[in-house]
Amino acid sequence: MSATTATSTVKTTRFWTRAHGFGIFYLTVALITLVAALTRVSPDTISRLGLGVIGQPPPVRISFPTQLSLVIIGVLLGLAGLYSLVRPIGEREVNVLLGFSFGMIVLAALVAAAADKSIDMVGMIKDSLRLATPITLGMLAGVMCERCAVVNIAIEGMMLAAAAVGYMASLYTQNMWIGLLVAVLAGGVMAALHAVLSIRFMVDQIISGTVINILAVGVSGYIRTAFLLKNPFGAPGLFPYVFQKTPLWDIPILGAILFQYQPMVYAAMILVPVVWFVLFRTPWGLRTRAVGEHPRAADTLGINVFKVRYVNVILAGCIAGLGGAWFSLETVGHFDDLMTNGRGFIALAAMIFGNWNPIGGALGALLFGFADALNFKFQILEVGVPYQFIGMLPFILTMIAVAGIIGKTTPPAADGEPYQKQ
Amino acid sequence: MTLALEMRSITKRFPGVLANDHVNFQLERGEIHALLGENGAGKSTLMNILYGLYSQDEGQIFLSGREVVISAPTDAIQLGIGMVHQHFMLVPVMTVAENITLGTEIVKNGFVLDLDTAARRIRDLSRQYGLEIDPDAYVKDLPVGTQQRVEIVKALYREADVLILDEPTAVLTPQEAEELFVIMHSLVEQGKSIIFITHKLGEVFAVADRITVLRNGHVVGTTTPAKATKESLAEMMVGREVILTVDKGPAQFGPPVLQVERLTVLDDRGALVVDGVSFDVRAGEILGIAGVQGNGQTELVEALTGLRRCLDGQISIGDVDVTNASPRKITDLGVTVEGSAHIPEDRHEHGMVYSYPIADNLILNTYYKSPFARGVVLDHQAIEDHALRVVHEFDIRTPSVYTGAGSLSGGNQQKVVVGRELSRPIQLLIAAQPTRGLDVGSIEFIHNRLVAARDAGVAVLVVSAELDEIMSLSDRIVVMYKGQIIATLEAGQASREEIGLLMAGIVEEEEEEEEEEHAIA
Repeated sequence: MSATTATSTVKTTRFWTRAHGFGIFYLTVALITLVAALTRVSPDTISRLGLGVIGQPPPVRISFPTQLSLVIIGVLLGLAGLYSLVRPIGEREVNVLLGFSFGMIVLAALVAAAADKSIDMVGMIKDSLRLATPITLGMLAGVMCERCAVVNIAIEGMMLAAAAVGYMASLYTQNMWIGLLVAVLAGGVMAALHAVLSIRFMVDQIISGTVINILAVGVSGYIRTAFLLKNPFGAPGLFPYVFQKTPLWDIPILGAILFQYQPMVYAAMILVPVVWFVLFRTPWGLRTRAVGEHPRAADTLGINVFKVRYVNVILAGCIAGLGGAWFSLETVGHFDDLMTNGRGFIALAAMIFGNWNPIGGALGALLFGFADALNFKFQILEVGVPYQFIGMLPFILTMIAVAGIIGKTTPPAADGEPYQKQ
Repeated sequence: MTLALEMRSITKRFPGVLANDHVNFQLERGEIHALLGENGAGKSTLMNILYGLYSQDEGQIFLSGREVVISAPTDAIQLGIGMVHQHFMLVPVMTVAENITLGTEIVKNGFVLDLDTAARRIRDLSRQYGLEIDPDAYVKDLPVGTQQRVEIVKALYREADVLILDEPTAVLTPQEAEELFVIMHSLVEQGKSIIFITHKLGEVFAVADRITVLRNGHVVGTTTPAKATKESLAEMMVGREVILTVDKGPAQFGPPVLQVERLTVLDDRGALVVDGVSFDVRAGEILGIAGVQGNGQTELVEALTGLRRCLDGQISIGDVDVTNASPRKITDLGVTVEGSAHIPEDRHEHGMVYSYPIADNLILNTYYKSPFARGVVLDHQAIEDHALRVVHEFDIRTPSVYTGAGSLSGGNQQKVVVGRELSRPIQLLIAAQPTRGLDVGSIEFIHNRLVAARDAGVAVLVVSAELDEIMSLSDRIVVMYKGQIIATLEAGQASREEIGLLMAGIVEEEEEEEEEEHAIA
């Protein structure tokens, strides 16, 4: 070939990347941390993080100076921010830095909260797991629906309705387990409504989900005023602790972290691998995913697209029903209006965070559970920050997590599209 | 030979259309039977009935002489009928093995997917039929030709004896198509029978044992390649004599209209794909840009039509500098000068709004002007009158001008695009892949329109990957290779082979030959 043309070198620079956004975020947090550490904390303040059992003095306790720790964390975050801003870095590095900075921010929050006090780490872990439970169950419901391409933003409503109806059943039968069964069924019924609307009648799935959320608020509110406020029975109580009378309960530290929960926590722990296995290791899961990606391809191979969607959506509703039971039957012991408090939506964030995979979603749910636990801890410890602000923490975390990882996440290709036979 | 399949008097009605009218079709065991017809002739309907995606209103289906009822794809699969759809029915994010076994999965321990056994069986199958595929590869990573092999193996895995290939070559390069024909012959040798749906005449002669031609839902006749000619088949398909070569008189060149100077354009990933390209198109001239897909033609056209930023260089139309001008500015250069028209490469993505009626699609580039707009409102009477005129003039076959554009056949959709672009005064027409995926009748129509535009003094730029199209339309041909124009040729100056070599980047220059000689010496 004749080399008559001059080789022109074109350098392409992208002006704004994900790394830059994160860089500015890290720098902001670093700045806040440093300013707070230097102005609000006196140099002789000590933070204590303990490992132990509630009600007993922690056997292991790490103490370190609050101000110095915060300054170090602030500097590290600042470096991460500068590195992200100055160096053009690849996707992998961005994610590594993201993980590192997240860890740093969590650590900073813990150290700050423990200033002049002691935080029980075992308690934090337990609370995180416990509070992650409804988010995990809701996340599983979301994954099951969206893997077969039905968008479900009605998990919040399904959980709320299940919490109300389940509690009513347990109150009137005076049996917790009948209450649980009814909660599961209530979740399934709400999901069946969503399924019929979005699969049979091809209603826009966002609309259908919104309708169900509003319906759940109305129905549960009615149930509360009509059947729960005035009733002839005593409160049915809470689910018992599963391992309370076994030796497992008393294992030091490990017993507290693993064996001191009520049944819904274990239901979530078991269902995560179960749903993962069903989705990725069984024919049913393969068909579900195929229906979510390319329903017509599945149809041409004789797979009943509608059946796959109905079954998955209704089962997902049942799992959301377990999440509802967590609120009224496992945690609070009665029903309050709007007691699900946005956890159904956080569950969707966890689902996206985990890239529509139950395992990743569970990690996301744990993160949000931790944020919740931290929020409670801050309130109890009376840290000098308005607790309303701390109440926003899980939601801010949601935005950061979803925005941060959203560049890589890919929903099922047919997500949200009704299927129509030719 | 025995009959593998017989379809007797199949009738299928859709609202307003008789898609199949008492169609009789016979497939002998071990033959490749081409089902030929224009888009909308009823080929796909007939095959969808056979595969159980539709059910017929009348008629019977016999397999090996036995009457069968096929009401769902599962029935067809069980009866040994496999279909390779024109748009592949594959899940891109799944592996080949997952795609092939989907719906008939192998399980171990009662309920666990056994993909290892599946992969082994698939390897055996692919060896037996000479269809090289890797069961563990992800479909999204495979080239189109390989994806098609996956589809074929998918049918074979379900022990299909009758294979329906729906327009299998539409998505293939000529080389891939050749490979497919080899595969088809080897399948037939192993006892399979193949129904080959197509509207490309050349392919029929390359593979078919027999040919059945459909037109408007009727069987026109069945023949063999030996008895038929391209011309006779085209006439059977279209129902009248078709001129397969473009009939055009000598060009009357005017002054240059489109002038492109050292144009440099990047693609989405920032790679240099148009590299200092200069050319011009004169009034009354068709300039063809030849080149293998992906050598910068797409980005060049996008830059010329204002859809992509130019990094460097200059574009002018008439005397107006339109470098980095908005598409509206380029479409509508001003009150006194005529604008330019664009027939985009992808008519679904850029050519039309699928869900809009034809009438609205026909004013997408003029809706804001009189007579269609009166102040801030649209004049529906003017729009309807315009639509009726264009539908008539461009022979768009539709029940009404308010039919959704998406429900038309490909050829008619393209006529809507062409009709919209050519039904207003223009000085420049940029047509990218103007006949891709169209049937003979529509191709002929659109070619004639392009030539008519040229004869009316419009400067016409045609970009096409079909060398035959470039050769028969162009007055002048430029060949693009790796973002550069490596040759400019007068029509009739170069042979098909020469241009083919240029498209592959092989430049024959004397000095180069000398260099090669030196190298050899």
